[in-house]
Amino acid sequence: MKYTDEFRDPVAAQRLIQEIRVRATRPIRIMEFCGGHTHAIMRYGIRQALAPNVRMASGPGCPVCVTSDGDIDYCIALARLPGVTVATFGDMARVPGSRSSLQEARAAGAEVRIVYSALDALELARREPQRAVVMLGIGFETTAPTVAASILRARELGLKNYYVYSMHKLTPPAMRSILDAGEVHLDAILGPGHVTAIIGWRAWGFLPAEYGIPCAVSGFEPLDILQAVRSLVALQGSAPQVVNAYSRGVTAEGNRVAQGLMAEVFEVSSANWRGLGELPASGLKLRPAYAAYDAQLAFDLPRPESPEPASQRGCRCGEVLRGVVEPPECRLFGKACTPARPIGPCMVSAEGACAAYYQYGGSLV
Amino acid sequence: MSEQVVLLAHGSGGLLSHELVSSLFLKYLGNPILNALEDASNLPLGDASELLGGQLVFTTDSYVVKPLFFPGGDIGKLAICGTVNDLAMRGAVPLYLSAGFILEEGLPLRDLERVLASMATTAEAAGVHIVAGDTKVVERGSVDKLFINTAGLGLVPPGVRISAAAARPGDLILLSGAIGDHGLAIMTQREGLRFQTPLQSDCAPLNSLVSAMLAASRRIHTRRDPTRGGLASALNEIATQSAVGMEIEEQAVPIHEPVRAAGDLLGLDPFYVANEGKLIAIVEREDAQSVLEAMRAHPYGQEAAIIGQVTAEHPGRVVLRTILGTRRLMDMLAGEQLPRIC
Repeated sequence: MKYTDEFRDPVAAQRLIQEIRVRATRPIRIMEFCGGHTHAIMRYGIRQALAPNVRMASGPGCPVCVTSDGDIDYCIALARLPGVTVATFGDMARVPGSRSSLQEARAAGAEVRIVYSALDALELARREPQRAVVMLGIGFETTAPTVAASILRARELGLKNYYVYSMHKLTPPAMRSILDAGEVHLDAILGPGHVTAIIGWRAWGFLPAEYGIPCAVSGFEPLDILQAVRSLVALQGSAPQVVNAYSRGVTAEGNRVAQGLMAEVFEVSSANWRGLGELPASGLKLRPAYAAYDAQLAFDLPRPESPEPASQRGCRCGEVLRGVVEPPECRLFGKACTPARPIGPCMVSAEGACAAYYQYGGSLV
Repeated sequence: MSEQVVLLAHGSGGLLSHELVSSLFLKYLGNPILNALEDASNLPLGDASELLGGQLVFTTDSYVVKPLFFPGGDIGKLAICGTVNDLAMRGAVPLYLSAGFILEEGLPLRDLERVLASMATTAEAAGVHIVAGDTKVVERGSVDKLFINTAGLGLVPPGVRISAAAARPGDLILLSGAIGDHGLAIMTQREGLRFQTPLQSDCAPLNSLVSAMLAASRRIHTRRDPTRGGLASALNEIATQSAVGMEIEEQAVPIHEPVRAAGDLLGLDPFYVANEGKLIAIVEREDAQSVLEAMRAHPYGQEAAIIGQVTAEHPGRVVLRTILGTRRLMDMLAGEQLPRIC
């Protein structure tokens, strides 16, 4: 049997679904923090299979989606600077800012390169020493360590033309913010597997301790998700705790090496989240010792006005990210806003809830 | 000695152009019709004249794949297969192709030669002749190395009616093999990803497979090659054009393990990834088994499978029963196509 088949076994899946349905005697609402989970849940029809008693709500775990309009506009302004090459993960290129996207800026002559890793951006800088290469630092605790590693490597190589614009964000503060706001009642949290592989499952201890709800850290295969949901359903009515349902990838303490890289290069700062606003101690910025690599300091570019944020055009990405509305509740969904012509980032990113609902969530009736 | 490359003068119409045509293009693609170098070619129907009473079909496609050479194929093989397959999907016997080339100044002649040799081999395997051609050279940077356009002419035998609008409730849906190989072979090559079992494009001319299927049954209602947009998009097109519904069993759809793994890594769903050597056939239920056996007996159909059925319910929509046993709508590809995979 192939490795992935073990986690996509239909007989085992049906058994788990039955078990969950039998055990979930009362309605329970679970937020899956991570956009990767949202995608798998829609792709495999898990949402429909668990309804009506188990309801899944998508959360803010899509790095591109939570990037603010102001940050996107700033990235586009960076790309328009002469002599500057902006390196970015693919999703980000298509996200509309207030006026245009990086993709449109590229069509108009800006140098925008799609990379799969910050180390590819570093390689660009090494090959083209006459250009300033700015890596757009997007992502949670999963991508921040590799961006940190790229800065350390740039220093080793003595590169003077490599910069990072850090929009990195931390996941636990976002979770707290949603629970503090109390807009949506949540009974349990499906914890993000990849993020938790870095930060360790103890990082979610505040969920049972302070909010009285359980959290199950889950992998991304269908059976991973079903097993995690089963443990959350089983915990209803008993003492809340953090369950590690992804033990092949996650430990209590997480990845110390990655944590060390992050701590060396970044310090915790406040950050502006789409949908959640300015949250204290929820982002990462470069430490003063690495100021030479900080794009914001290097270019002294005024932050452009954001004349028409997506929300003013009727986009409800912010509420989708808080789990307050489901994508089809937005009046733009599937009409004015589609993956081909997105208005908000949740319709662009492969991890965005709107894109997952649009591709996989069509009604069967 | 420095490498010989394409020069702007190769497209001037002068001496260098003629040299290029005779030393490379005719060397590989030449035949009595093309060798005449007339402004337009006369096309004898020869062996195909017994097909008269049938219908002419005509198609064209341009090929811009990057990189030019990829595991399992190259732009030349693709340019023949793509057009031959479009003809074959309509039940036509492909006869003649034209080929137009746009070359970037600086393209190594060795690369051009490799592409032409591959076109020649593929055309021979498919039993088609290239009977009209054109070459242009543009300045460096105006195209990416080499673009090819091919157009194809074929004849549909009398009595064969295959159309995307002809699927009927009760028909069974057949797929000629595993999906996703072409798109993911190119993406992994482009991204420099290495897998233990390397991915190979499935690029192949399908006209002989089509003939074998037609010999097994004339009650094949619809056929389509799931290229860009993948299996899911092709099924949706047929469902819409035929105004029928479809039920697909995810577990019945063959996917090679390296394709699944690469898809997981790159975030690509094989159901939406392009194929260049596969076909979907929608067949009268009673004939499905014999068509399936004919497909499996053919080198390009060994992994053929019945993947679902056509229904009268939910016309225009394709429903997938997932491997978990859950049901969901399988829509057209919503997001972007992968760039330049064909």
